[in-house]
Amino acid sequence: NSELFTLTYGALVTQLCKDYENDDDVNKQLDKMGYNIGVRLIEDFLARSNVGRCHDFRETADVIAKIAFKMYLGITPSITNWSPGGDEFSLILENNPLVDFVELPDNHSTLIYSNLLCGVLRGALEMVQMAVDVKFVQDTLKGDSVTEIRMKFIRRIEDNLPAGEE
Amino acid sequence: MAIFSVYVVNKAGGLIYQLDHYAPRADTEKTFSFPLDLVLRPHDERVVVAFGQRDGIRVGHAVLAINGAEVNGRFTADGKDVLEFLGNPANYPVSIRFGRHRLSSNEKLMLASMFHSLFAIGSQLSPEVGSSGIEMLETDTFKLHCFQTLTGIKFMVLADPRQTGIDALLRKIYEIYSDFALKNPFYSLEMPIRCELFDQNLKLALEVAEKAGPFGPGS
Repeated sequence: NSELFTLTYGALVTQLCKDYENDDDVNKQLDKMGYNIGVRLIEDFLARSNVGRCHDFRETADVIAKIAFKMYLGITPSITNWSPGGDEFSLILENNPLVDFVELPDNHSTLIYSNLLCGVLRGALEMVQMAVDVKFVQDTLKGDSVTEIRMKFIRRIEDNLPAGEE
Repeated sequence: MAIFSVYVVNKAGGLIYQLDHYAPRADTEKTFSFPLDLVLRPHDERVVVAFGQRDGIRVGHAVLAINGAEVNGRFTADGKDVLEFLGNPANYPVSIRFGRHRLSSNEKLMLASMFHSLFAIGSQLSPEVGSSGIEMLETDTFKLHCFQTLTGIKFMVLADPRQTGIDALLRKIYEIYSDFALKNPFYSLEMPIRCELFDQNLKLALEVAEKAGPFGPGS
């Protein structure tokens, strides 16, 4: 049951707000924490899902939306808004389990409440040699109709490649 | 005991975990009188039998203990040089234990890095792009199975050549790693794994795999 999860995440964010006082720092911390989760979560994901290496960004998008999000958050975001070069896409989340029951107060209007997710995606993909930029462009907490995460492929990480991947 | 050992190597080629799972090999302890009918010689840091195989003592066996006290490389427990000690008739009769030298942790570290390099060479030699790298190294006494994850960690299992189900075991070890090592927030990535739960669960998985045996579900 996800109530404890929602409450835990909420407690985390509010404590960070108390500790850091400004939204920007909180956003950075959430991203850092997400990154640390992502680098560990990727192994769990690979061990359990048995997916092979993705050879292009479209495959990656599919795996993230249909397998990873389903496995860990129980939701399947839709993939839209591909850039012409095929290096950017959006994940549209109809509902976000992290923000069940949450309302952002006025004094935290620049807080990216679910920024942890961006860090998780960034950390996980870095471990499979993909450098990506992940950010929220729409957020239901800020009054938008859906939550939209934009993912951009920056480059393949060439140093420290596992043998056989060159 | 059909699964001999497990090695986990990180992305940089460093050994982060090692487990030996076989019963201690039979050592032979015998009492000798002067002169010794075995020819001993120094080799690396040990004294080994060069010639004169008999009664379970084979060429290549190292001197493990003298009169019950374990030797320290080329020196006895009290600091005397082993070969000198055994050359002196006054020290006889003496009881010497011979056996196959077990790998020290430094040696295991070196062997793991060496395998990491061989693995990389193996992938480069491949005529096709995207080779899986070395999956198995086969000898008459054991088979070394290797599995490299997409993130570059290698899991290696040394087992009896007839043991089946090692592929499934390697995947299981990956799961155990992702659970008990990675989900432990106090474990730092790429560092030696010192998590008890990981040890326990790994041993359990090895036992399950062994029970399935050579005639169990195929690999």
